[in-house]
Amino acid sequence: MKTDLKTNFKAIIARAYVRIIAANREPSWWFSETLLPILSTAAYVYVYKALKAPPEYTGFVILGGTMSAYWIQVLWSMAAQFYWEKEMGNLDLYMIAPISRMSILLGMALGGIIQTTSRAAFIFLTGSLIFNVSFAVVSFPKLIAVFFLTLISLYGLGMLFSSLFMLYGREAWHGVTLLQEPVHLISGFFFPVRNLGFVVGVVASFIPLTLGLDAMRQLAFKAGAASGFINVNLELSVLAVLCVIFLVTSKYALELMEKLGKKEGRLTLRWQ
Amino acid sequence: MNYAVETFDLNRSFKLKKAKNKKENNNTPGKLIALDNASIKIHQGELFGLLGPNGAGKTTLIKILSTLLLPSSGTALVDGVDVVKQPDQVRKRINMVSGGEHCGYGILNVRETLWMFSQFYGIPTQVAQARIDVLLKILKMEEFAKTKIGKLSTGLRQKLNFMRGFVCGPKIMFLDEPTLGLDVQIARDVRAYIRTWMKENPERTVLLTTHYMAEADELCDRVAIIDKGKVMVCDTPGNLKKTLAGEAVFRIEVPLAANGMETFGQISGVKQFAYEHKSHLGRTELKFILHDESAISNVTEFLSNNSSKIVSLSKMEPSLEDVFVALVGRGLKDENGSQN
Ligand SMILES: Nc1ncnc2c1ncn2[C@@H]1O[C@H](COP(=O)(O)OP(=O)(O)O)[C@@H](O)[C@H]1O
Ligand SMILES: [Mg+2]
Repeated sequence: MKTDLKTNFKAIIARAYVRIIAANREPSWWFSETLLPILSTAAYVYVYKALKAPPEYTGFVILGGTMSAYWIQVLWSMAAQFYWEKEMGNLDLYMIAPISRMSILLGMALGGIIQTTSRAAFIFLTGSLIFNVSFAVVSFPKLIAVFFLTLISLYGLGMLFSSLFMLYGREAWHGVTLLQEPVHLISGFFFPVRNLGFVVGVVASFIPLTLGLDAMRQLAFKAGAASGFINVNLELSVLAVLCVIFLVTSKYALELMEKLGKKEGRLTLRWQ
Repeated sequence: MNYAVETFDLNRSFKLKKAKNKKENNNTPGKLIALDNASIKIHQGELFGLLGPNGAGKTTLIKILSTLLLPSSGTALVDGVDVVKQPDQVRKRINMVSGGEHCGYGILNVRETLWMFSQFYGIPTQVAQARIDVLLKILKMEEFAKTKIGKLSTGLRQKLNFMRGFVCGPKIMFLDEPTLGLDVQIARDVRAYIRTWMKENPERTVLLTTHYMAEADELCDRVAIIDKGKVMVCDTPGNLKKTLAGEAVFRIEVPLAANGMETFGQISGVKQFAYEHKSHLGRTELKFILHDESAISNVTEFLSNNSSKIVSLSKMEPSLEDVFVALVGRGLKDENGSQN
């Protein structure tokens, strides 16, 4: 049992290692994953300025741009990942290894968080400097808690998608594509979600970014509190619950899909 | 005697989405029987070969034994452990390498890739690195240790796959067509390594599938011949060939013949035959077994009646391929053989 735990821990680290290494080995990725988001974030800033939106919107946009880096990564490198791994033939090798499949997903998530954080930080810092954003943090501990709970539940959601998409091919692909833009809109990446009304806000809250961003706005900006969707403490609790729900359901979804795959012969590609 | 692998009446069928035209697999419509009451026993320490044409069910068996696929019915034990009931225990004992697989991530180099996979088996990094050094040396890959795996040629990649399996320290190794598409020298390196690995520890076992009969003949202690999901025979290559002792096995080459080969079996005295078109040489090669050597005159007569020249004619020592032909009534590469 103890050795099993150790093996799973090693597996998590090893799988995370790939992403951490990859982050520094392909300079071109840096370009597409930092400069392009900065440009699109800047575009929002200028649109808001042209529309004479309240000045605090600039800060909101920078924050949204920063968190959007994680969202893109969760979609393309978590949710669709087991589908890729199956195409490449790695899934077989994970499945025959004496480890929990959750370790692979956790390793992917851990590596993904580390990999994306350097990009997110870059977007955040340059954005804040260029547009001279002023912060007024209400509570650092709460801000940090929100940030981590948001990330954990976000990657938990990615793990859940990954399990569900394991047996599917193109459908998974379309699913991911479909999610990208609408979520950008309803999660309030670039404006307070309150503007969309209560019902949309509640629906959007299933995506951890919605409440996470809303809480962060409330905690980091002077004008944030006034534009908040619901109370920060409530948002913190909901995020904590989402973390548990996503992690637990992804474990069960993964087991279910594996069983189904082994039964129907769809776990691996037939031609190998 | 300990068995490394035991299967009892193992069956596996697949639902077919569209009724495919696979009449040679004698399936009920909509269902494809990939394994048909397959029972084999592999001793610990054995290098066991599973031979059969494409679509015979070899990979299906390996997938069941390596816990990637459930049998439709029957039991399979690996090192005494039931693959359905205790897959986790089975996984600790095994590894699998398939020909032409593409493991790992192109961004990692060879050493990193091997290290990563070793971690899934809980191997301490130092031990893993030492094993990697040995493997790189034996498989003549030292100079590629730092090459990104995305840049490796097909042959080197397959060597990497190999090392990937062995670095994890399995007790029982499943090799699914390990030399598929490899050039002669690399295939030789790979085979030599399999032998060395077996010799190092008498508890180690290899189950190897192949459709290269010569490879099985050269490498394996015992082989099972499998066709359409059924295990036809199981014995040492020597014993299997002995079953043909006294039979007259011949090989004839004729100019490339597009058709008319089916009637060859009707020549009196011909017991079994198989043919292969070697279009690059402009020839068709016929192998056949005669009830009696004297029937060879019937064959030459048949060919001259068909105004076909004989390019060469030779009598052969029976090979495993001939055993297959004698059992199944067609060659491994016949066009009428089932295709995958
Ligand atoms: N997942 C699957 N779904 C449907 N049919 C399959 C699947 N896997 C294998 N088959 C079929 O089962 C038969 C045996 O395949 P396989 O075990 O791969 O043969 P071999 O490895 O001997 O070439 C083939 O006819 C193949 O098409
Ligand atoms: Mg196969």
